[in-house]
Amino acid sequence: MIIAISSTDGKFNTEFSPRFGRCNFFIIVDTDTREWESKPNPALNARGGAGPQAVQFLSGAGVEATITGRYGPNAYTTLEAAGIRAYVAEAGTPEELLDAFLSGTLEEVSSATGEELHH
Amino acid sequence: MKQLVILSGKGGTGKTSVAAAFADLLSPENAPFKTVLADADVDASNLELVLKPSVVEREKFWGGSVAEIDSDNCSACGICAEVCRFDAVSVKDDVYTVDPIACDGCAACVYQCPNEAISMKEQLAGEWYRSESLYGPLFHAMLIPAQENSGKLVTLVKQQARLLALDEAYDLVLVDGPPGIGCPVISAVSGANLALIVAEPTASGVHDMHRVLETTRHFGVEALICINKADIYLDGTNKIEEYCRKENIRMVGKIPFDLMVTESMIHGKPVTSYQPNSPASLAIRDVWTGVMKALKDQEL
Amino acid sequence: MKIAIASGKGGTGKTTVATAFAQALSRKEYSVSLVDCDVEAPNAHIFIQPILDQFEDVNVLIPSVDADSCTGCGLCAEVCQFHAIVVIGGKTLVFPEMCHGCGSCTLVCPEQAISEIPNRLGVLEGGLSQEGIRFGHGILDIGEPMAVPVISKLKKWQNLMDAEIVVIDSPPGASCPVVESLRGADYIILVTEPTPFGLHDLRQAYQVTQVLGIPAGIIINRDGIGDTGVDQYSAEVGIDILMRIPLERKIGQGIAQGKSLLEVKPEYEKYFQQLYLQIGEALSSGNNL
Repeated sequence: MIIAISSTDGKFNTEFSPRFGRCNFFIIVDTDTREWESKPNPALNARGGAGPQAVQFLSGAGVEATITGRYGPNAYTTLEAAGIRAYVAEAGTPEELLDAFLSGTLEEVSSATGEELHH
Repeated sequence: MKQLVILSGKGGTGKTSVAAAFADLLSPENAPFKTVLADADVDASNLELVLKPSVVEREKFWGGSVAEIDSDNCSACGICAEVCRFDAVSVKDDVYTVDPIACDGCAACVYQCPNEAISMKEQLAGEWYRSESLYGPLFHAMLIPAQENSGKLVTLVKQQARLLALDEAYDLVLVDGPPGIGCPVISAVSGANLALIVAEPTASGVHDMHRVLETTRHFGVEALICINKADIYLDGTNKIEEYCRKENIRMVGKIPFDLMVTESMIHGKPVTSYQPNSPASLAIRDVWTGVMKALKDQEL
Repeated sequence: MKIAIASGKGGTGKTTVATAFAQALSRKEYSVSLVDCDVEAPNAHIFIQPILDQFEDVNVLIPSVDADSCTGCGLCAEVCQFHAIVVIGGKTLVFPEMCHGCGSCTLVCPEQAISEIPNRLGVLEGGLSQEGIRFGHGILDIGEPMAVPVISKLKKWQNLMDAEIVVIDSPPGASCPVVESLRGADYIILVTEPTPFGLHDLRQAYQVTQVLGIPAGIIINRDGIGDTGVDQYSAEVGIDILMRIPLERKIGQGIAQGKSLLEVKPEYEKYFQQLYLQIGEALSSGNNL
């Protein structure tokens, strides 16, 4: 399946971004082939509602699960509506987080884990 | 990388003076956190007056848009005035115009106009700056007076500060917050690890301190309190201390009223740099020590 | 006559001036109202002590989507300028705190699947003070970003706005809550402190009065605490300095205790009464004071 990991610099082997709506990049990975690419987050400079817009972008890219540090309430609601599963991690590079996801050790969240940037 | 925001509720309690002093105390090489500064009070950005930065980069800020009616295509049907909920459309001699100050930018009129005679025009709402100062990099902004979307400009300033901090491995973004509790404050609080509330012991000050505390609580941000001008009304100071005890809120210090704070402002310096041994400077050092400890405690 | 009290910087003494002004005028037997538009951090009630007996919720109408009628066409999301309504995964989501209550989505929905429900933003409270001042203020709910709709509704309370003299206490700053508070005023009193921060922010506030096209004058509060920057600026730009209130421990302590300026310094009653007459004369003659 296709998953997305929030990233600051768009690299596979550097620390991920703990923030979702306004991270600089998403690392989009195919969990079967481990092929990955970095896509700039179109919601980074969004006027408002960055979380939901980021989700719309990822949904359009066929993403089925996301990994980040925390989700605001609006981002989470949108992920839920889109049928995308939301995971959180405290630290790690996208490569490490991919491994953690595949081994089933990542925590899936069932509600928002942080306040939303309401703009 | 952590984010500390300085708030007050009531205006004029001393946020910027404390923020400037913190910037000074965090500027030496051996300071506990390598710090980027952000002035989130975009309506009235005063931090630059005491940090005296040099602007390195400036960008325009396009806020929202306002509606504009093309009178050539307008059939004076009046539908725009009917749908506008912000009293922004007026008519004189069958000429319909939009008041750009009243216009909320919702574009309802644009979509309802049967002649497609209305379009949205982007508004230049301000500028933001990346500057260098003796105390580190400073991100600040100027909102064009009477413009909307100050909350968005705050978000932009903080975002830029955060991006620099991440790029160049800074440990802390210090945000000098605006007064109030509405959208600019909410934008300033967003993503903060810790809020320092600078309270004043006056009747108004205590009232507004409660409002801003409820706000930080609402957004799940840990808050510390310090009392500025603590000696002007001891009853008020006692009230605040008792409240903190009861609610288990950490009180990190009391700063006496000290004219040196104003004098240092006039000389364009943080009080701790201008007069390090003045009563306010000494008290602010204690507050700063308490805040640094709280930030470090969060890492555990 | 509507006179608004504003400033750029917070804490300069707007509420101190607004409450003293309202009290002084009511003692001259004018019918006076005091409207506290600082809905984020309202303080005037502390000094005026009104007996509150009028309450009204402030609501914004937000969309409510009937999922059965909704076809997921996404037109609502397309027209929404504030990203408050989003269509994803076959569902239409509404984010109330982003919604400005403009009604646009409701109007464009081709299936008429959207109805509107009230979303509370805050509350208005009103009543008479012991001295007979008609009082009203708004209180923005904690966590609500938008002050403007609360201010807007407060200023539509007829019993407040019908008074002979309406004194408006506005919030600090120069952005939309300030503009909403000041709109429609006949005159604006800018309260400042004579310091670099006060001057810097006064410039912003003065620009607001210029954008609104409303004549303005300055009251310098805590005169003596700082420098002469404000005086120089006023002279350069040609704004009148209407009054100076000195930096005095007694005043500061009185305000700290919740006492009005007139309680601490009764002589200000006649100063504010005179000021009102001067403002009236200036407006009718179109000159500065």
